Amino acid sequence: MRHRLKALAAAAASVPITLFGLVLVTFLIGRVMPIDPVIAIVGDHAPPDVMARVRLELGLDRPLLVQFGIYLNHLLHGDLGRSVMTSHSVVHDIKQFFPATLELAIVAIFVATVIGIPLGVLAATRQGSRIDTVVRVFCLAGQSVPIFLLGLLCLVIFYVKLGWAPGTGREDVIFAGTIPPVTGLLTIDTLLAGDWDAFHDALAHLAQPAGVLAYFSMAYITRMTRAFMLDALAGEYVITARAKGLSAARVVWRHAFGNISVRLVTVLALTFAGLLEGAVVTETVFSWPGIGQYLTVSLLNADMNAVLGATLVIGISYLLLNLLADAAYTLMDPRVR
Amino acid sequence: MSTTTTLPGLRAWLLTDTPASRAQAAWGRRYRIWRDFRANGVAMTGLVTIILLIAAALAAPLLATHNPDAQELTNRLATPSAAHWLGTDELGRDVYSRLLFGGRITLGMVVAVVLMVAPVGLAVGTIAGYLGGMTDRVMMRVTDIFLAFPRLILALAFVAAIHPGISSAIFAIALTAWPPYARLARAETLTIRGTDFIAAIRLTGATTPRIILRHVAPLCLGSLIVRVTLDMSSIILTAAALGFLGMGAQPPSPEWGAMIATARDYMLQQWWVPLMPGMAIFVASLAFNLLGDGLRDVLDPKQR
Amino acid sequence: MLVDIANLRVTFPTPRGPSAAVRGVSISLGAEKLGIVGESGSGKSLTARSILKLLPGNATLAADRLSFDGIDILAANERAMRAIRGKRAGLIMQDPKYSLNPVMTAGGQIAEAWRAHHKGSARQARDAAMDLLAQVQIRDPARVAQAYPHELSGGMGQRVMIAMMLAPDPELLIADEPTSALDATVQAEILRLMEDLVARRGMALILISHDLPLVSHFCDRVAVMYAGRIVEELRAGDLTRATHPYTRGLLDCLPALSHPQPRLKVLVRDAAWSA
Repeated sequence: MRHRLKALAAAAASVPITLFGLVLVTFLIGRVMPIDPVIAIVGDHAPPDVMARVRLELGLDRPLLVQFGIYLNHLLHGDLGRSVMTSHSVVHDIKQFFPATLELAIVAIFVATVIGIPLGVLAATRQGSRIDTVVRVFCLAGQSVPIFLLGLLCLVIFYVKLGWAPGTGREDVIFAGTIPPVTGLLTIDTLLAGDWDAFHDALAHLAQPAGVLAYFSMAYITRMTRAFMLDALAGEYVITARAKGLSAARVVWRHAFGNISVRLVTVLALTFAGLLEGAVVTETVFSWPGIGQYLTVSLLNADMNAVLGATLVIGISYLLLNLLADAAYTLMDPRVR
Repeated sequence: MSTTTTLPGLRAWLLTDTPASRAQAAWGRRYRIWRDFRANGVAMTGLVTIILLIAAALAAPLLATHNPDAQELTNRLATPSAAHWLGTDELGRDVYSRLLFGGRITLGMVVAVVLMVAPVGLAVGTIAGYLGGMTDRVMMRVTDIFLAFPRLILALAFVAAIHPGISSAIFAIALTAWPPYARLARAETLTIRGTDFIAAIRLTGATTPRIILRHVAPLCLGSLIVRVTLDMSSIILTAAALGFLGMGAQPPSPEWGAMIATARDYMLQQWWVPLMPGMAIFVASLAFNLLGDGLRDVLDPKQR
Repeated sequence: MLVDIANLRVTFPTPRGPSAAVRGVSISLGAEKLGIVGESGSGKSLTARSILKLLPGNATLAADRLSFDGIDILAANERAMRAIRGKRAGLIMQDPKYSLNPVMTAGGQIAEAWRAHHKGSARQARDAAMDLLAQVQIRDPARVAQAYPHELSGGMGQRVMIAMMLAPDPELLIADEPTSALDATVQAEILRLMEDLVARRGMALILISHDLPLVSHFCDRVAVMYAGRIVEELRAGDLTRATHPYTRGLLDCLPALSHPQPRLKVLVRDAAWSA
């Protein structure tokens, strides 16, 4: 156990360095931006003395290194600056928008896992069969389809043509502001409030974007499960298990799958990280008020503090999920010593 | 001699178990790979589709029925018809012709990104792997930082920082695409570095740059090519996503992602307008995935 | 007859048409120790694994007769085979590093084999596993039962493998090069252990090896395979009277103190052997 903790500590120790690099890159991107942050705050027509004062306040006359120091200092105190677009602090905005993305991603990864893993195992145990070919093409299609196309198709079919699904957004206007935010996850908050109609509405709004994201992740999960299973099924211990007279189900699930489950946890963590990226496009298509939409809207409005804040938050989540994948591997696999 | 008698002769020459020359062995190997590949229907579909796409993009001026920029405001958002095979967009431009010219942009972006990324990744990976030590650690740490970013997010922030457009999109995608190549090349280099033939070359007095350039790098190319093919689909998707989010190619460019972005407002009524470029992206990206998948099956059958 | 094989053929599809790996092997076995000797690719493993129907997925199995204790293996379905595998015939493979499941404890794998064929609680299975580990002369069964395969030495792993295959009390043990991956000193220990257990339980044994002297020392009867055929079958004691040039060639390659030679002979192959 001690070895494992040590290995884990080594992995965790590299995080601050990577994190520092992440902050530096976002900072540099922000500073090479052709848009003058002063004009972004005071507007084009402010008098020159106001501009000069704001420039001094922002520390823009100081050397780049000092500016980075100031940026870092603010960051450590949880200050990401103010968003021009929402006129709230970026931290406040992120607190408001991030749960929506989280809700979307959690539902998507859950659906993708529950369907994707059995599908991958099935394809691997029937390698070369028609089922296998169908699953492979289905996965390749999932990896090839642009998310926005899938989203648009969903909206056209289920909302416009069939009328089964509600339109875009997270909740119907009649419920807006009626649910006290507790967790920020609307499905849970509506349940906590005991409002069943609002819960159904939240679920219905969630179904389409979550479904689109689920297919996107499922393609990857299924593909990796299939590849790992093929690898495991070729192992000699599988022949041993069969020679013991075990049932096919036990050979496949207990022995072969038992050997890949830890690697799959790693895949799931990475898929979840990938979902944050997929969420940017999905949220734009479905007008889902999450961090991805916040990012794209800020981009179009050249709201640089918001852009950097959102980028940083997504980057950090990504980094932590990667660390989680490492941790799963180190802690759960008996072979790691 | 008719071709029917020479072709089996050629095949036998290629398939012999006892090749008489190095060239014969090499061609025999290539022929076997090609035969395996040809038998893989899925991969062949991908290859044929890509060839058709490239041909269509190259011959766009010949195949187009309309000027891709010609507006016909009286005939906006038309359904597909004999005059406009795939309908018209919100400015009455012919969607079919725009798709053809857009193919040039998309495929051109892919080629540009690959040409920038593959050499950089190869150089970073082989140098870090061959030199080892501090160089390796610093270079791999930088690689890790770039890997730690979600690809699309970094590209978005980067494009926003320069200014939205095709060239900055290419540059941004390239910036996010090189780290996996560096990792791959480094892994290959580490195994090559320890071999006896590298030690022998070193004993003859070859300089380090010469060893890396002439002996290590060529051996990394094989796996790099498979990786590039599989990556092309993700480059297409990232480029299209940038265009869709308004950060890539700008209107009135017929880039496929940008076409969807401008047509988005009409999707609920005139859904075919954004659908056409969407399908084009899907087909191109799927074709590269099918080809890459097939190539991997053939070149590396153990890693299915 | 426990095992009865007549004209067994195993073929694999290749791009250049089917390729036969076993080409008409006939052999039968009672409660005795049979050695099958041959080089890699001679078809000795495939022949033995055909009895359990544990061939690679793309292999085609055919025979005039293939039976285990009167049961027609060729006609048996997967369910019928499961009643034979483990329960009546066990299989030990070359390297415990690969043939044991790396993420299950040794004790867990033995208990699983026991439970697959006995009715009993998890508690009873665990006790049975301990008992079996003691039977394969492991000094500290409790510790080994808790260990994962990568924590065991090769010899220890192979003992676990033997214990696992003995758990359901089989009548036949197939040992496929059980000592090839082990150190020379450990090899002798494992073979002695197997000899002892087989004798004590009155089991039949098929020992597959590429080591002709070892097999003849250990078994009652030896079959020599070459290119998918049995080229010679004789009593172990009659090895010096072997007539087939391949067997003779193999024996001549061995250095012997009783017949010193200035230069050791090498095997010269004859295309006619594999015809």
